[in-house]
Amino acid sequence: MAEKLNSKIPEGPLSEKWTRRKSEIHLVSPNNKRKLDIIVVGTGLGGASAAAALGELGYNVKIFCISDSPRRAHSIAAQGGINAAKNYQNDNDSVYRLFYDTIKGGDYRSREANVYRLAEVSAAIIDQCVAQGIPFAREYGGYLANRSFGGVQVSRTFYARGQTGQQLLLGAYASLNKEIAAGTVKSYPRHEMLDLVLVNGQAKGIITRNLVTGEIERFGAHAVIIATGGYGNTYFLSTNAMNSNGSAALQCYKKGAFFANPCFAQIHPTCIPVHGDQQCKLTLMSESLRNDGRIWVPKKKEDVEKLRRHEIKPSQIPEEDRDYYLERRYPAFGNLVPRDVASRAAKERCDAGFGVNETGKAVFLDFADAIKRLGKQRVAERYGNLFEMYEKITASSPWEEPMMIYPAIHYTMGGIWVDYDLQTTVPGLFAIGEANFSDHGGNRLGASALMQGLADGYFIVPVTIGDYLSKKFAEPKTDTDSPEFIEAERAVQARIDRLFSIGGTETVDSIHKQLGHIMWEYVGMARNEEGLKKAIQEIRELKEKFYTSVKVPGSQYEFNQELEKALRLEDFFEIGELMARDALNREESCGGHFRVESQTEEGEAKRDDANFMYVAAWEYKGEGKEPELHKEPLKYEFIEVKTRNYKE
Amino acid sequence: MEFNVKVWRQKNAKTKGHFETYHIAGIEEDASFLEMLDILNEQLIREGKDPISFDHDCREGICGACSLYIDGRAHGPDDHVTTCQLFMRHFKDGATITVEPWRSAAFPVIKDLVVERRAFDKILQAGGFISVRTGSAQDANNILISHDKAEESMDAAACVGCGACVATCKNGSAMLFVAARVSSLALLPQGRPEAARRAKAMVAKMDELGFGNCTNTRACELECPKGITVAHIARLNREFLKAKFSD
Repeated sequence: MAEKLNSKIPEGPLSEKWTRRKSEIHLVSPNNKRKLDIIVVGTGLGGASAAAALGELGYNVKIFCISDSPRRAHSIAAQGGINAAKNYQNDNDSVYRLFYDTIKGGDYRSREANVYRLAEVSAAIIDQCVAQGIPFAREYGGYLANRSFGGVQVSRTFYARGQTGQQLLLGAYASLNKEIAAGTVKSYPRHEMLDLVLVNGQAKGIITRNLVTGEIERFGAHAVIIATGGYGNTYFLSTNAMNSNGSAALQCYKKGAFFANPCFAQIHPTCIPVHGDQQCKLTLMSESLRNDGRIWVPKKKEDVEKLRRHEIKPSQIPEEDRDYYLERRYPAFGNLVPRDVASRAAKERCDAGFGVNETGKAVFLDFADAIKRLGKQRVAERYGNLFEMYEKITASSPWEEPMMIYPAIHYTMGGIWVDYDLQTTVPGLFAIGEANFSDHGGNRLGASALMQGLADGYFIVPVTIGDYLSKKFAEPKTDTDSPEFIEAERAVQARIDRLFSIGGTETVDSIHKQLGHIMWEYVGMARNEEGLKKAIQEIRELKEKFYTSVKVPGSQYEFNQELEKALRLEDFFEIGELMARDALNREESCGGHFRVESQTEEGEAKRDDANFMYVAAWEYKGEGKEPELHKEPLKYEFIEVKTRNYKE
Repeated sequence: MEFNVKVWRQKNAKTKGHFETYHIAGIEEDASFLEMLDILNEQLIREGKDPISFDHDCREGICGACSLYIDGRAHGPDDHVTTCQLFMRHFKDGATITVEPWRSAAFPVIKDLVVERRAFDKILQAGGFISVRTGSAQDANNILISHDKAEESMDAAACVGCGACVATCKNGSAMLFVAARVSSLALLPQGRPEAARRAKAMVAKMDELGFGNCTNTRACELECPKGITVAHIARLNREFLKAKFSD
């Protein structure tokens, strides 16, 4: 059991671990790199940067994405920024502080060594991105500008307006294009991975469906890297892109990769509220807005009633009748508390009846003070495009009246279990970016997803994968006509045939919506034992209903978006159940996982370090069987584990 | 609200397409255009018909996947938005709305409203990058860039690669797309060493892939969802000419 979860954390002081590991890693000579094939699945920040860096090193890389171009990956939508321990602001920032903030923000459920390495390489990411021509915001002197994000007291976030993810992805995509032009990387857009292929227990390739022709194809390699993001769309409504899905990760899980901390999902406090039942996607308003925006609800219920009846405007409510509840509850961090804390506080006020829109599920994010203090022009420079986007969607101007916001599913901290080398429990299978579990614990801090994606892709996996491949260069090219590949293709074909054979009347989306309701109700912002058991039961029933009543129109051998969605929904059922099971097992509250049974008198999350200071890694045991739980204990050798306190 | 939606239907690249009109009712005015299509698709599937294929992903106006030509305009009647950020409140109740794919020789139809835009990737592969090896960069603050230059570069870098400029241009030119990338990098000191090579290679690739010539009608800048202006085309032309003269 123990050797199944060997995290391979190097010995020695925290600040020397990565250097030590790098010096131990076996190298692959340039002429041998040319003989080695690597498959990268996903073209977001992690996948694109990894493929580019591996191509530069001389490996043969094949990269796959489901979109028409690598540039569409959902990293593109990240708004606010990317953290790095540059200390350009002279505000006493350091690698240690970035590490410490990330561990604390994650509520002490991530690995010290991984997080320290993340902080360590963060500065090089900014250097790399500037060299690629990314137009980060600048001061008038020409130096890089910074802003602040939740859960920290320094300004270490680099940004390009409200489009930082777009600019970083276009940088990684440009490097990828450079390597495609050089012939080291071959790109396969509109291809979806439907299975992982193991030969002798090692990852040796994937099965894909060509989304244009519908053909099932086999691809072999010496190693496979999964960079397919998170599984937030299990909830149907989330800030994830419509096509974001957890399927590649789930295929890996079913082939033996352990799935870690699936219940850790991030609920982002500042999203545009749900407007009706025709919606399929929620829109995020960047956390950067909390630098200058103040969150409040009315103190008086009568004002709430009037707001709901549109009898008064929010700006008419006098200052003394407003409850700036984050500033009241968390004076030290105010509006910049971490996301999980801000989300729960919004829910608490709305549950108490102070929600400010017709549905009772919205709070205000107000810029009136910032506009007074900074002037319209400076506010526009910082948030202009976000204000515009908000107005386009809601037909209300944040210059006149406060924004209305409410929490929504945004990111998943859980993911495929990886060791220090980012290798999964399947030899030759690596997982990077949001697809793995390693760096954010129970809650991710703002502007850290971009940092992790690029750290893993540019600087970590290109090094660590060498250690695995150094033993593989003598092996011949993977034969995709082997029985393992034939069997994997057959299984994929059977799955597709089954879906077409159901011939029911329900649409895929209508069933996915029902799954979303179950997830949000029982595996959302507040979870309890009874609800979680109910969720598992209801998900199973819904899955059965899916297999008897879904209608997948058209055929396999054409561009067929309904088939794509149906295949992904099959996997969301399993992910949803696994999330509920993990949430049920974790009888403590930590980070974004809030168990109602485990809270303080003030309603704050109450961790149980004695019993739950571990990574829960789930092993698939077969269809219809319960997965087996493996525990990786978390040891904090270098920092003191404390109760998170954002009050003082 | 209710609408008659007249949609281009085409089974695949090899078959001929045609318009079909569908009626849809019960749409909220706060619904987005793509949500309206989602609801229409639900209706079609329940009626046993083939749903309408269209590209879409982030639905936040940033991924550039959505690409609909609505009532004769790329991304529809609202200014400077992508289709996913277009809302039904911009249409009259009871209206007939015509929906087509991008029309361009360089963007063949895959199915219905979905087109193949791989030509854009190929143009960028021809030179839309800075040749920096991972890990070899100097400290970020060693390169000073004035606030205004960075902002101007960012204006061009905001391109989402949707192809509205091509779809709108009567010549099917990709000049605004190429100019956005060339200009964004040419404005920065990091982009200068390869500026000449980049401009030449990207323009040559654009011509090779069957995009038309730019005749300065400025239609592209009107329809660009990110408001990228033809000033960047002027900069591309300067870079291109400089490169030619230095040959």
